[in-house]
Formats: sequence, structure tokens, C-alpha cells
Amino acid sequence: MAIKVRIPTPLRKITNGSDEVAAEGCNISEVIENLETNYPGLKERICEADGKLRRFVNIYLNDEDIRFKKNLETELKENDEISIIPAIAGGKF
Amino acid sequence: MDFTEEQIERYSRHIILPEVGGRGQAKLLKSKVFVLGAGGLGSPSLLYLAAAGVGTIGIADGDCVDMSNLQRQVIHNTDTVGKPKVHSAAATINKLNPDVNVVPFHGRLTVDNIREIIRDYDVVLDGSDNFPTRFLMNDAAFFENKPLVSGSMFRFDGQVSIFHPAKGYPCYRCLYPEPPPKGLVPSCQEAGVLGALAGVIGVLQAVETVKQVLGIGESLAGHLMIFDALKMTFRKVKVRKDPECALCGENPTITELKQYEEQACEFKAATCES
Repeated sequence: MAIKVRIPTPLRKITNGSDEVAAEGCNISEVIENLETNYPGLKERICEADGKLRRFVNIYLNDEDIRFKKNLETELKENDEISIIPAIAGGKF
Repeated sequence: MDFTEEQIERYSRHIILPEVGGRGQAKLLKSKVFVLGAGGLGSPSLLYLAAAGVGTIGIADGDCVDMSNLQRQVIHNTDTVGKPKVHSAAATINKLNPDVNVVPFHGRLTVDNIREIIRDYDVVLDGSDNFPTRFLMNDAAFFENKPLVSGSMFRFDGQVSIFHPAKGYPCYRCLYPEPPPKGLVPSCQEAGVLGALAGVIGVLQAVETVKQVLGIGESLAGHLMIFDALKMTFRKVKVRKDPECALCGENPTITELKQYEEQACEFKAATCES
């Protein structure tokens, strides 16, 4: 299933400048793995070594924070949009 | 309160708005707003808050005006390069609107002084440029029960929200529990920011602050506004109150202010002429 993923400015170096990329997956975890395959290095920027989301990065499914859904296990459906939204503070990420 | 003739003229475009009126303008003139940082975000916020007639404006900043600031920090000017930012900002505000009482603090906010400094204000506005200060401000606003109008930016992106746990809304830690650790941020040379973006985000903060003082409209509390200047899009997403928040959750583990270590590149020696 194709999912649209919005990439924030600090991560666009990894996506060759793209602000939006397509990914495959039935849940958020699968999408992250798929992104990592196509854009190596992206996963470690948003996940800890144990695979959990970093505490200064949020992933939104449409306009909802996945932490308040089923987190990385949140299921996806066609035409869903995912946004990676890191904390920003004047140039730091 | 009684307005002078000059005040009736100065604030006439507010007073004729039914949502503001004389009563709202009087509220603004009696209000006290604290602005952390007289930089990219603080500059436009301060100008509009002063123009709106916010009666008391506190400003804290430990830096001095640098030539490289003037690309976006529009409250300062070429003549004030080298001067403390709080004094440069105060001078501009005094020229703009003599009704405003400016309370400048030239120094760093720390665990030891921040709560007392913000205590007398109705609303606090965060225009800081680093994570340690951002978390310190959030925690202090929580302990002092203040609404926090938060803005931040990076290159072409900006974020705005209001955090107000005292009214049942989330705090910054509900959104982002911890700052990034050292080593995970790009070097300062990689950063940069579109000057006019600071205007967009800072002015949005001023709009939310004025609404908060007047008690009108729907506030951004419980939401995060995300602005992408390159695509010219605004997106509003939900921010939930986290019951497990270490600060404002049901079983808090943060019970006093904590100071995070600064990133090495955030440190700038304040070189002031006077």
C-alpha cells in the first residue's frame, strides 16, 4: 500500500531534497523500514537503537500523533498521510 | 479606565472592532506579557505587542546586537549593533508607544531566577533559539501556571502553539518529552533561517498572545501550527495532553526545574560595548 510521507527540512538531505516521498507498508513500523531501504540513514535519525521513536521526534498520521494511537503499530490505509515532525529550536535537530 | 485623546486615536482601529472595543483595549493596557528573547521571534512579537498597547512588557535576553542579527531581528538597527538587545528593543518600543512600560532583563534565565522573573506576568512568550532554554521556559511556565505562547523555526519551517496545563491543555513536554542529546544535531554552520520566516512565526505568536489577553476566538492550545515557507502551507495538527508526561502528567517525575546542558555551539560570549 502506497503511503505519502512528509519529510521535514532537517531530514531532506537523506531524501535527496524531497519534501514528500512515497513509502510502502501496512503500519508505521513497516513504513519506517521501507523508508530506510530507500533512504539509508533515515531510520536512525528518527528512532533509537531499540527501534522506539526518539523523544524529540513525532510521527503524525493525518493530524493525529501516533503515540495516542497504536504508536509504531498504528495501521494504515490507502491515501493516509504520514508526517515526521521533529522538535525545532532555531537550527537544532 | 479613561483613555486620553491620544490613546483613543492611537487605538481607534482596535476600539472599533466589536471583539475588542474600549473594554478590550483597556485589558491590553493593563496586561503584562513576558517575552523570552529579543531575537528573530521576539523582535516582531515585541513590535506588535507594543503597538497593541500591552501595558507592561518584560524582555529577557543576554546577548548584544550583532550585525548578522539585522537580517531578521527587526526591532534592532545598525546604530544599536554592540548594545544589549534588551536595551535596543526597549528604545524602539519607547519610540513606538510611550504607553508601554518595558522591563528589561539583560542576562540569562536560569533555574534560580526564571520563576520569580515570570511570576507577575499574565502570558509568557517563548522566542528562544535553543532546547535547554525552551525546556526551562516550559517547566517554569508550568510551575507558575502561565499560558506559554511558543514559537520556533528552522531554515524555512516554523512551529507555533500555546501550552497551558493549568487549563487542561498540554505542555511542551507532552509534545516532545526530552530535548535531543548532544551529537544528534547538525553543526551550527549547517543551520540558517529565512529572515522573513521569523516575522511570520513571531507575529503569529503576537496574534495568539493578544487573543489570550482579550479572551477572544479559539486559541492554538491543544494544536501545533506548522508553517512551511517553501511550499507556503500551514498545517494544524492535534497536540494531546500526555497522561504520562513527566511534568504535567498524572505521576510527575519532574518536580523542580532542571537545567539541560547547552550544545557547545549555542554558547556565545556576549560581547557588549556597554
